Amino acid sequence: MRVAGSTSPEHAPTTSLRRRLLGGDEIARFIVTAAAAGILIACGLLVYELWVSSGAARHEFGWSFITGRTWDPNAGEFGAWPFVVGTTVTSAIALLIAVPAGVGAAIFLAELAPRRVSDFLAFCIELLAAVPSVIYGLLGVFILVPVMKVLVDGPLKAALGWLPIFSGPFYGVSTLTAGVLLALMVLPFIVSVSRQVLLSVPTEQREAALALGATRWETTWNVVLPYAKRGIYGSAFLALARALGETMAVTMVIGNSPQLQASLLAPGYSIAAVVANEFTEATGDLYVSALIALGLVLFGLTVVINGLARLLVASTSTRATAVQ
Amino acid sequence: MPSTRNVFLLALAAALAFPAASEAQVRLTGAGATFPYPIYSKWFDEYRKVRADVQINYQSIGSGGGIRQVTEGTVDFGATDGPMTEEQLSQFATKRGGAVMHFPTVLGAVVPVYNLPAVTAQLRFTSAALAGIYLGTITKWNDPAIASANPGAKLPASDIVVVRRSDGSGTSFVWTDYLSKVSADWKAKVGANTAVNWPVGLGGKGNEGVAGLVKQTAGSIGYIELVYALQNKMAFGRVQNPAGEFVAASLSSVTAAASGAAANMPADFRVSITNAPGKAAYPIASFTWLLIPTQQAEPAKQRAITDFLKWMLADGQKLAEPLGYAPLPKAVVTKELQQLSKLK
Repeated sequence: MRVAGSTSPEHAPTTSLRRRLLGGDEIARFIVTAAAAGILIACGLLVYELWVSSGAARHEFGWSFITGRTWDPNAGEFGAWPFVVGTTVTSAIALLIAVPAGVGAAIFLAELAPRRVSDFLAFCIELLAAVPSVIYGLLGVFILVPVMKVLVDGPLKAALGWLPIFSGPFYGVSTLTAGVLLALMVLPFIVSVSRQVLLSVPTEQREAALALGATRWETTWNVVLPYAKRGIYGSAFLALARALGETMAVTMVIGNSPQLQASLLAPGYSIAAVVANEFTEATGDLYVSALIALGLVLFGLTVVINGLARLLVASTSTRATAVQ
Repeated sequence: MPSTRNVFLLALAAALAFPAASEAQVRLTGAGATFPYPIYSKWFDEYRKVRADVQINYQSIGSGGGIRQVTEGTVDFGATDGPMTEEQLSQFATKRGGAVMHFPTVLGAVVPVYNLPAVTAQLRFTSAALAGIYLGTITKWNDPAIASANPGAKLPASDIVVVRRSDGSGTSFVWTDYLSKVSADWKAKVGANTAVNWPVGLGGKGNEGVAGLVKQTAGSIGYIELVYALQNKMAFGRVQNPAGEFVAASLSSVTAAASGAAANMPADFRVSITNAPGKAAYPIASFTWLLIPTQQAEPAKQRAITDFLKWMLADGQKLAEPLGYAPLPKAVVTKELQQLSKLK
């Protein structure tokens, strides 16, 4: 910093290579470029490995691998559709619950709570983000499953039981349970990142709104939130990425059944869960290859969903600017 | 007081002796089945006390992984709960050369567990009842197929919640292998494997996952390893064997199943002992095997493996029972020793 500060703009072009090397600019540039390239290379190798190792399954089933509904290792018939649905639906449930709750909590922490309380709670929430997922899984098995069975199942069916997605018998483990558990798991990410973003909104913005006679809530809703919108979307993406790839906790509460069912109360399955469950005992080239192809599908699904989410954000922000 | 020269000589002797000692040290690595892991780690530990020059490292990565790794040649031996198929054997021959031998080590059994708070007596299951429940054709607890074998039991009219393993496992292999033998329907629709396309049910991960789901869900039935049920003091049902007896799984009834099958044991030991003949035989039992390649790159390794197998078949068997594994019947041990002589 000192060197950079001492080099005045007029002198910069004449700085010798030796000087720049000594200053560390070139070295730093090389290191950070290598780090960035490393990520790209790792990503490329991952796709390459998934693509090559899934060759047998891709060759055997083609695109029908994605739409196939039967997963029968014995008959050598593999279709990914029930798992694709399971992964998408559980992640959607998780975001539907976690985004409003998380952003709400972040607003409280950033706008309403005294700074000390806010800092302390934020610290606790960051601790939650570091809890291993198998612990969340145990929490799910021993607390969430009984709670869903005793407290949620009855009222939910009484109110919305006429909907096909809330019909049928409920055993505690289900797609819905997995979605709720995922919501709990991704909540810390949303709260933590959103709080940081809200705190970084300049005070002048709030003061200006208040000076114009806005109430505190109007200030938050109309000024602070729109200003912080992009960062909040970012926190939701982070949450989505974790929800899509979560394995251990999901497999412990989802019921692990590859039969497609309309009801969210029925057991389901997710891509990451089936790979983790079956890979160690998979024998036969086609079986292993089909499991790796599932990894490829998950990778593709993540790219597609993130792409769609980004498009959505881009379209809403341009619309917002157009209105303004 | 040792003189300086003595110390020097000692150091020299040590320096000379050490390379020699590490040369004689044989390190074996193996990988495979998780079910026998507790007894295997006990064996390898005990064996180190008998033969300090042999160190065996075992990774319990699952039977499928064990077969894959021994085929790839990344380990010296493998271990599996289900015997290798003909296809896998020929794959081994082309990839690694030579053959791979199966050596049964101990026996395991799988038991049906259920959660019916109103039923106090030990339930009895016919093979038809178990197959029907897992096929989804028997859906109520008071179905005649269950009730007729359990006169006097207060079976509720509630739905049966079927629980099975979600992860690929040797336990599932034994269970589905048994169902395939007793039910033509099961054999045609589902078949036997470490993971199958289950017609009904919830999947729990591992023995503990299935046991947990059964404990939490009234009206459920699941299957778990006998060792797991014994260690956790879980009640389980009796199962009807081909002789018509309802047998409770125990170490002795499992060994009895193996003795019943020993008479027709093929030379390569790749045999399923589910639904074994014999009045005392428990029908849902299985060997677990070590997979030993006939050709090792180093002769020292081959000798070490052979020595270990001899020890395992003699002293090692005595360690099985305290850990909840059924030891091999005498007839099988004799046959294995004969087979071992061919390994050299």
